[in-house]
Amino acid sequence: MAAYTSDEMMTIAAARMVRNGATCFVGIGLPSAAANLARLTHAPDAVLIYESGTIGTKPQVLPLSIGDGELAETADCVVSLVEIFNYWLMGGRISLGFLGAAQIDRFCNLNSTVIGPYAKPRTRLPGAGGAPAIAASCGEVLITLRHNSRAFVSKLDFVTTIGHGEGGDSRAKMGFPGKGPSAVISDLAIMKPDAATKELTLISVHPGVSVEQVVAATSWPLKVAPVVETTPEPTEIELSVLRDLNARTAKAHAGQA
Amino acid sequence: MARILDLTTAIREFVHDGDAVALEGFTHLIPSAAGHEIVRQQRRDLTLIRLTPDLVCDQLIGMGCARKLVFSWGGNPGVGSLHRFRDAVEHQWPRSLEIEEHEHAGMAVAFGAGASNLPFGVLRGYTGTDLVNRTTVKFVACPFTGEKLAAVSAIRPDVTIIHAQKADRKGNVWLWGVVGVQKEAVLAAKHAIVTVEEIVDELDAPMNAMILPNWVVSAVCKVPRGAFPSYALGYYDRDNSFYKKWDAIAKDRDSFLQWMDRHVIQTADFAEFLRSMEAA
Repeated sequence: MAAYTSDEMMTIAAARMVRNGATCFVGIGLPSAAANLARLTHAPDAVLIYESGTIGTKPQVLPLSIGDGELAETADCVVSLVEIFNYWLMGGRISLGFLGAAQIDRFCNLNSTVIGPYAKPRTRLPGAGGAPAIAASCGEVLITLRHNSRAFVSKLDFVTTIGHGEGGDSRAKMGFPGKGPSAVISDLAIMKPDAATKELTLISVHPGVSVEQVVAATSWPLKVAPVVETTPEPTEIELSVLRDLNARTAKAHAGQA
Repeated sequence: MARILDLTTAIREFVHDGDAVALEGFTHLIPSAAGHEIVRQQRRDLTLIRLTPDLVCDQLIGMGCARKLVFSWGGNPGVGSLHRFRDAVEHQWPRSLEIEEHEHAGMAVAFGAGASNLPFGVLRGYTGTDLVNRTTVKFVACPFTGEKLAAVSAIRPDVTIIHAQKADRKGNVWLWGVVGVQKEAVLAAKHAIVTVEEIVDELDAPMNAMILPNWVVSAVCKVPRGAFPSYALGYYDRDNSFYKKWDAIAKDRDSFLQWMDRHVIQTADFAEFLRSMEAA
């Protein structure tokens, strides 16, 4: 097995969770890399949808922005933004949402708005974008972000997107149609919400990572499953397809003067 | 009925101090040239409305044209922060900026409501989030089932500005590719300015093409490459390298002001702006 980075492990572990045939609403960045890797490996019939209105897109290179021409030109169809949100996303047609965030809490609520107080932020982040509607309406949601105690926090500085709210049945009581987050894939581990409490529980560590390391990188006392698996290492095929995709992407974006 | 005007005249006639101005185009067909012309004409106290503020709003905010921003995602796509936007929010430079912050789906239904001449749009959203306190959302009960739904006040801009690929000589407009909320933004507004890549004798568009008839458009202005550094499908690609360069230009107040002076204030129009960029 060739050496691989923790980011590659994260992307590959996330890609494995995309079922073939899933209709997948994809955010830019890590989610986009993972969803396209899935499409290029075990899930050729996954339908990738970006909020720019591109349905069934099959980009050769990863988009730099959510509305790159590549996404439109390789799509089955392109619809308006009002249509993609109203009829397709909030209409309940999408089985899987794929999100990143700056901060996550133990119930998978997400912050992508500000670090620090809202009126006087230490860091002003881009904001909500499509995330709240994706989390509200998709059948289920995968979340991928790098693992450290600034990202996995006890209390979000701002609640941008509801995952499982206060836990238990609080999400369902808020009236969101989808089931909400079903897994969080970081560069250290995989966590899933507990079936009853919805609190994130460590179920798998990536090869070479200890349970203690994951717990230390999480600001709240992270729940640990009785048996913690080890995530299978990337296969040769997964690694080579991901690296080819990243190389094509770097070349394409550098080539535009 | 649309008139074919030069962009300078169209902005002078339809964009006034204090106006609510929607500049739409979802990472594609961004009306950059129109943003520059608003800067040149030194409009003030504008309420800017745009789902994804992007470079066009960073420039208007940094040059002190805006009093308020209504938006749902404010970043430099694929690169990082909008530094002028952040400086205004974090340090009130060059002036304070009021922000009304949404999620995309909320702005989409609000533009749809504006186009439909309805007071608000509805969705299952905002519930439980801190966005509720930062925006104009209220909650209503479905009159049939009692379900609690979010209501977002309709967006009704004084003027909407978009960029499109083509118009004909009568001012009928055709756009394609990623079309965002442009149609709704035009139909929601009192006036609409459309900059286009080219003006042709006949559009010759397929039957279900996205056409904006000339009687919903106030002015059509020919501005080739007017969406730079974003793209116009079928005409030119997104200049990803400029989005990266913008990060360094806008990071520092002085370098931003120098760049705006050299390339926007000191140029007469977008054609001259593009020549100044080639020379840089």
